Amino acid sequence: MLSSVTGAHSVPAVLPTPAAPEYLLEIVNVTKRFPGVVALSDVQLRVRPGTVLALMGENGAGKSTLMKIIAGIHQPDAGELRLRGQAVRLETPLQALQMGIAMIHQELNLMPQMSIAENIWLGREPLNGLRMVDHGRMYRQTRELFGRLRIDLDPKMAVGELSIAGRQMVEIAKAVSYDSDVLIMDEPTSAITEKEVAHLFSIIADLKAQGKGIIYITHKMDEVFAIADEVAVFRDGTYVGLQSAESMDGDGLISMMVGRELTQLFPERRVPREEVLLSVRDLGLEGVFENISFELRAGEVLGIAGLMGSGRTNVAETLFGITPATAGEIHIDGERVRMDDPCLAIRKGLALLTEDRKDTGIFACLSVQENMEVAVLPGYANRGFVQQQRLRERCEEMRQKLRVKTPSLEQCIANLSGGNQQKALLARWLMTQPRILILDEPTRGIDVGAKAEIYRLIAELAGEGMAVIMISSELPEVLGMSDRVMVMHEGEVTGFLDRTEATQERVMHLASGSPVIH
Amino acid sequence: MSAILEKNPLATLSLWSRRLPAELGILLVLLGIGLAFELFGWAMREQSFLMNSQRLVLMILQVSVIGLLAIGVTQVIITTGIDLSSGSVLALSAMVAASLAQTSDFGRAMFPALTDLPVWVPVMAGIGVGLLAGVINGSLIAATGIPPFIVTLGMMVSARGLARYYTEGQPISMLSDSYTAIGSGAMPVIIFLVVAAIFHVALRYTKYGKYTYAIGGNMQAARISGINVKRHLIVVYSIAGLLAGLAGVVASARAATGQAGMGMSYELDAIAAAVIGGTSLAGGMGRITGTVIGALILGVMASGFTFLGVDAYIQDIIKGMIIVVAVVVDQYRNKRKAKR
Repeated sequence: MLSSVTGAHSVPAVLPTPAAPEYLLEIVNVTKRFPGVVALSDVQLRVRPGTVLALMGENGAGKSTLMKIIAGIHQPDAGELRLRGQAVRLETPLQALQMGIAMIHQELNLMPQMSIAENIWLGREPLNGLRMVDHGRMYRQTRELFGRLRIDLDPKMAVGELSIAGRQMVEIAKAVSYDSDVLIMDEPTSAITEKEVAHLFSIIADLKAQGKGIIYITHKMDEVFAIADEVAVFRDGTYVGLQSAESMDGDGLISMMVGRELTQLFPERRVPREEVLLSVRDLGLEGVFENISFELRAGEVLGIAGLMGSGRTNVAETLFGITPATAGEIHIDGERVRMDDPCLAIRKGLALLTEDRKDTGIFACLSVQENMEVAVLPGYANRGFVQQQRLRERCEEMRQKLRVKTPSLEQCIANLSGGNQQKALLARWLMTQPRILILDEPTRGIDVGAKAEIYRLIAELAGEGMAVIMISSELPEVLGMSDRVMVMHEGEVTGFLDRTEATQERVMHLASGSPVIH
Repeated sequence: MSAILEKNPLATLSLWSRRLPAELGILLVLLGIGLAFELFGWAMREQSFLMNSQRLVLMILQVSVIGLLAIGVTQVIITTGIDLSSGSVLALSAMVAASLAQTSDFGRAMFPALTDLPVWVPVMAGIGVGLLAGVINGSLIAATGIPPFIVTLGMMVSARGLARYYTEGQPISMLSDSYTAIGSGAMPVIIFLVVAAIFHVALRYTKYGKYTYAIGGNMQAARISGINVKRHLIVVYSIAGLLAGLAGVVASARAATGQAGMGMSYELDAIAAAVIGGTSLAGGMGRITGTVIGALILGVMASGFTFLGVDAYIQDIIKGMIIVVAVVVDQYRNKRKAKR
């Protein structure tokens, strides 16, 4: 059995013979638990050779966890993986690679100082007779690989000099270079332009013709229609169902993913007031963004949309004084402020919920309360001593108001689910009683229920007169919550869209730098 | 979801274990080592290890000096930093303080024109020198972003050199009685315990402590939360320097002499005490009570091995292994914490 499989493996571009197993990869009743959440519950999935299986679902639906199990990063708590009909255990990513499973990660894993070729062949460098790295052969192999994939890059170039899209292409080439049977792509198009997307799709078509199985994770409906043979939908850690290309229907997919109508997800909003709280004129940060101008009113929600690397997060960080502006002016309540320090920003009534919860948000080794209280300690200190009782009561009040699910305030925050961590961080900022709240990807990686609660809270706060800036890559969220949407592309504002005129298509056009079509 | 939490036995266990003092495990280790020496004592030398007040007093006195350094170093390590300079700063402070504490009945090594000074002058001078070294450490780290390892390594070498240069390597003795009183009797132990209590309270109940843990837990998040990270780091390193200065005063008073070679490799013992006591080199975790117990473990081991007549070189070999085991346990604990 095994020998016949390896035989089929070494001959490319052959459709599965009757002797070969029907599926390349089967996931059978896999369950995975993390502290406080069941990330995957009794999930199944099958990949046929020579097909593209698209995986859809909201953030937090469990897609990434499942892919990490397939790639050997996590181990399942229950259930099994079958590779060409054989049950396997993948203990490490290396093992998965050796078994013929390669993954293109959502976050890029390249070393910027090393050349493209060195990155691709890292850990399996071709050696010469003296057991030294044979650079000539390495570059030659890379050029061959790029030739097959029609990628036009110099293998000697340092990866750090490439654009985000270029790096993504290198990642794709690297994954292909393992000559794996199963290729996992986790949102490979989130940072690349339409031209490169077309290029990627042609590579995928080649791989399909060679009999490889591709798992393609995406949020974009049009991509699914363009390349997928089947679509599997996940929701809240469970496998909801499968649609095949012939009978695919967009509305059906959405309701499978969300499990409810989108309109129920976003609460009613009140009309913003007239009073301008924040006004930004020609704001710029050298080499990152320029000429950003907008006004923000009390009770208004301003959405900022744009692709990864468009400068949206940098604008937020500059407004908050983390990276002080090199051009332009910031006015708060009509008064000019030189924002050069987060301390000052907090004093002026700003709050920033950062994009990356783990890197710049939580204190992983501290308790829920310690995480909540950190920004308001000066207000609860008496000659340096913290007023424990008063502070605890305040944190408890916020915990209840935001419905943070935790056994106690003393619980280590790392043990909470993503949604509850996010609510605790939101509590941290709301305790400073801000008037201008900046939210950078406020619902990334959290489940639908927690999302709906965060939306409700944002609407409530705006209703009380708080001004909100919401940065998000999830278009439904930006469109559902914002009064106005500012769209950015490569460090510049490409347009403002009112609530009434904003559609996903218009935002995407502006975000990709092409003019809006009316 | 809360139902899942309630059912998860691990979560319940962790809640239950939270109520126990965090230092229970390390305290049991200390008791275990003490009892082991007691048994070996009876088996090999037919006498008690623990029931000997003279030996215990000597041990605690020795622990006090390293303990003072370790209290400072613990706070530095909680911020994800390190202080390699504490042993050298101890020596420099000891030299400066001793030079001002000499009686005028004999020739003074330094400042021959001086008459006998009130005791607070050498004490403050010693502490001041330590504080200054700490301020320099902290300012360099905060202002330039050079890794603490490098900055304090530089200070370690320079401060030791300065301590030698100060009297061209000559020891300073003939110190006044009022000065040596600081190092006699139970004074070093009292100073150590008072300092430990102060910083135990400071870390747990003050803004200073909360910011220290926050910076160690996530420096970027701390900055965004409105904490002046640079200023706070300077304060933490200054406190570590000040405590090294105080340790220098205590050590020179106890020895009734100031020597440039004092406190050699004490910085490593201090770091070891903190790490054995549960301070994580990854930052954000660590308590003074743990460090005190860690210092006691080192002290009991040194005293116990000497009592059993174990070769000094072999003592070092075993000490080294214990430190590594402590870090392995620390990492295992962190990993489990991350998984839970």
